[in-house]
Amino acid sequence: MTPGDVKSSYWRGVRGGLPFILVIVPFSTLFGVISVDAGLSVIEALSFSVAVIAGAAQFTAIQLLRDDAPTLVVLASALAVNLRMAMYSASLTPHLGKMPLWKRAVAAYLTIDQNYAISIIEYERNKAMTTAEKFAFFLGAITPLAPLWYVFTLVGALLGTAIPTDTGLDFAMPIAFIAMIGPALNTGAHRTAALAATIGSLIFAFLPWNLGLLVAAGLGMAAGAEVERRAGARA
Amino acid sequence: MIDHAQIWIIIAGLGIGSFALRFVFLGLIGDRALPPAVMRHLRYTAVSVLPALVMPLVVWPVATDGETDPLRLAAAAVTLAIATLLRNVLAAMLAGAAVLILGAWL
Repeated sequence: MTPGDVKSSYWRGVRGGLPFILVIVPFSTLFGVISVDAGLSVIEALSFSVAVIAGAAQFTAIQLLRDDAPTLVVLASALAVNLRMAMYSASLTPHLGKMPLWKRAVAAYLTIDQNYAISIIEYERNKAMTTAEKFAFFLGAITPLAPLWYVFTLVGALLGTAIPTDTGLDFAMPIAFIAMIGPALNTGAHRTAALAATIGSLIFAFLPWNLGLLVAAGLGMAAGAEVERRAGARA
Repeated sequence: MIDHAQIWIIIAGLGIGSFALRFVFLGLIGDRALPPAVMRHLRYTAVSVLPALVMPLVVWPVATDGETDPLRLAAAAVTLAIATLLRNVLAAMLAGAAVLILGAWL
């Protein structure tokens, strides 16, 4: 490992993260707008984005706050939306677990769907990467995203309702996630996992607190692992 | 009127809770080896969580109050096709957005 490899991993991560600016900017702006609209101060809206950096959980919390839900319900529902982060944490452990505790803490704070997904795809494609290179890629991928998440929350909170909120933006997040899934469907096991999780998410959509997501994801992981085990047994 | 003490409790609680969820395995397991069966499941985390997160939003969009919308289905299908064929995230996102914008305009 040379410093040059670490540096180039970092910049490859940055390039991988750049396209998601198209999603992060409108969403953080929207979060700022609806937060202020719900009665939060500008500082509160910004603190929310800095403390949590997780769009879906933040939107869930604001929605429930608007509905006058009790504090515990707001916390439980928004954290349930974020339970997938624990799965990401487990999935990153084989790659980043060797690092010192403080670096693992930094990686944990900076884990969002986008940099997690493109990092995992990169690690699987590029098996020779060292831990330092993997961490550099991960940090590179979040570099264009986290700062903009904070800044545009602030912009949205300051501009407030001057910005229209009914612009079909609801579908930007699904489109971004689907775009991330495509390049990850490398093997039959990956495709089976995605298919099982897709079907499961529709069947279990009735479960409260977003638990359908966890059941469906569990089904997908089990299906992928089983296909891999059988392929391994044949080989 | 919104209660600002409640807001700060929620911000702190969600901040700490979200960090704990992101740290739980990475921080506590560290470099201890996981059993092969666990590793085998973890390899499929991304390709399972993301579709499970997205699919209900594709079939029952929030913006239409859950009514299935052919335009959004088409946009999702085009995005997935481009993403799988070209393996290019930006091209796939732009193609999906183009379908949505064109469809809304027609």
